[in-house]
Amino acid sequence: MTALRLEHVDKSFGQVKVLHDISLTVEDGEFVVFVGPSGCGKSTLLRVIAGLEDATAGRVSIAGEEVTHVPPAKRGIAMVFQTYALYPHLSVRDNMALGLKQEGAPRATVEAQVAKASHMLSLDDYLKRRPAELSGGQRQRVAIGRAIVRDPKLFLFDEPLSNLDAALRMNTRVEIAALHRTLSASMIYVTHDQIEAMTLADKIVVLRDGRIEQVGAPMDLYNDPANRFVAGFLGSPAMNFLERSVAGLPEGVTLGIRPEYLRPAPTGRIGGTVTHVERLGSDTNLLVETSQGERLTLRMFGQDQTPVGAPVTLDWDDADAFFFDATGRRLTGADQPSVPAA
Amino acid sequence: MATARDSTRTAIAAHAVLILYTLIALFPVFVIVINSFKTRRAIFREPLALPDADSFSLVGYETVLRQGDFFLYFQNSMIVTVASLFFILLFGAMAAFALAEYRFRFNTLMGLYLALGIMIPIRIGTVAILEMMVGTGLVNTLWALILVYTAQGLPLAVFILSAFMKGVSDDLKNAGRIDGLSEYKIFFRLVLPLVRPAMATVAVFNMIPIWNDLWFPLILAPAEETKTLTLGSQVFIGQFVTDWNAVLSALSLAILPVMALYVVFSRQLIRGITSGAVK
Ligand SMILES: Nc1ncnc2c1ncn2[C@@H]1O[C@H](COP(=O)(O)OP(=O)(O)OP(=O)(O)O)[C@@H](O)[C@H]1O
Ligand SMILES: [Mg+2]
Repeated sequence: MTALRLEHVDKSFGQVKVLHDISLTVEDGEFVVFVGPSGCGKSTLLRVIAGLEDATAGRVSIAGEEVTHVPPAKRGIAMVFQTYALYPHLSVRDNMALGLKQEGAPRATVEAQVAKASHMLSLDDYLKRRPAELSGGQRQRVAIGRAIVRDPKLFLFDEPLSNLDAALRMNTRVEIAALHRTLSASMIYVTHDQIEAMTLADKIVVLRDGRIEQVGAPMDLYNDPANRFVAGFLGSPAMNFLERSVAGLPEGVTLGIRPEYLRPAPTGRIGGTVTHVERLGSDTNLLVETSQGERLTLRMFGQDQTPVGAPVTLDWDDADAFFFDATGRRLTGADQPSVPAA
Repeated sequence: MATARDSTRTAIAAHAVLILYTLIALFPVFVIVINSFKTRRAIFREPLALPDADSFSLVGYETVLRQGDFFLYFQNSMIVTVASLFFILLFGAMAAFALAEYRFRFNTLMGLYLALGIMIPIRIGTVAILEMMVGTGLVNTLWALILVYTAQGLPLAVFILSAFMKGVSDDLKNAGRIDGLSEYKIFFRLVLPLVRPAMATVAVFNMIPIWNDLWFPLILAPAEETKTLTLGSQVFIGQFVTDWNAVLSALSLAILPVMALYVVFSRQLIRGITSGAVK
């Protein structure tokens, strides 16, 4: 069964069209992440799925039922918001219980569900507190608890971690992954953080300007991006794109090469100067300006003593290179130009 | 060290300014209250002296209480003020919620139209209002005053409240929608508690002019049984003689209920500010 099916969904605000012909399926139990730069329409798409915005055109089905015109509370979804959105005047317990109470569930069921969720998220000690008396991380757990209590067919997360600090973000990320395994529920997760996307997703949906650029498993997108946008969006540090620095590259073609696939070599095909060095302990990132004035990043494992200002020549394996045409489309197979060795 | 001393010094300066301002603001009230307890002669001889054994007199209060229906006037003023505030807050908040929350055609135009009332004094329409009240048979009822004051207060209420409601987190309202709260519950249970400070502000802004108004009671409800306190007190102010004892006593009494209302609203104000919204 499919947890969610979107068919040709459009969304406009007045004259401005923010979602263009979105078609997508989410399988049962799948963890799907929407990524894309700010303003690309991720939240809007999530809100269309939740029913908080009406789609201008197209159909939305959840768990096999068409819900295009069904109000949010009846769609069998639960949502976790970036700002937590807890009810300030209710205790943690009542925050979690409200949805079920509104559905008219029997008291015993409500109690049992709240107890289950609070146990799962270690919130037992805080049930009587008001949200104002909790830390940011605890609030976000309550918000997640509120979603779990409703036992939804589909979980929706809108950037749930972006208000947390780095350490807490990592912990909560692991917790959400564990939750997904325990509940084996279908989840949609919106983020603009590609690390969250890579680490959590079964399937990533890359969005740009309200269009789907590519859909696939994290490693498939990483190793086989359909276009320059996807190639540049996933991966940190981002992929290097070179047009002028490599001899023999046809006019209008861009060479894409990930920072970890570049290496210093005495007879490399790129020459340049080190402009900055970032030593992270486990890795070393060299920022290089090529002799043609393009900037690139080189990532080396372990520690490296190259000083700033040193001249370098770099090379790569042909199998690791990507080529894109002027429109950003990836060139594959016979379309790929070959770059002669130096 | 230096900063600690500096901050004490600023605190002292700030308090000095505030205390001075309080004294200036309270001075007229103080003069009214002390003189209401003095004989007529003492009022004119030494207006700033406190009442002593010689000059103490309750004659003003006696006149006020003897003067027919002073309690009725009191009650009328109270009913008009509280009912008007209730309707201003209720309808103002509802209109503000619609303007702030829903996208519909002419939303902005509607907001501007409602705000227009802030700039046009309602008294310009007195003749038309009087004709309307006569036409509907509401002259000499408290409803006439309540309706007029509600109309008078709504523009500013809508303006202030819609600005505050736009600040209430969309996520919170959406969470309510997903949990199955109706739009009414979202309005009453989620949004109103969060804009309580703004409601208190609107209430305080509207309360004093309504309580003190002489114009509309005089024109729309001058009958004995609908007189408000301000209008009722006018009997003591004559063209040739004014019973100052009675005027001062009536004014002193009139302060009490407004103060009570103010205390209620200001507590709301403070509670609203301290509880705050949760991010
Ligand atoms: N209510 C609205 N009225 C008009 N335009 C809107 C509305 N909501 C969103 N938009 C527009 O739709 C586009 C997509 O917004 P959306 O919030 O979905 O972006 P996003 O991908 O979630 O971005 P972010 O990562 O910053 O949260 C933006 O250009 C935004 O200006
Ligand atoms: Mg967003």
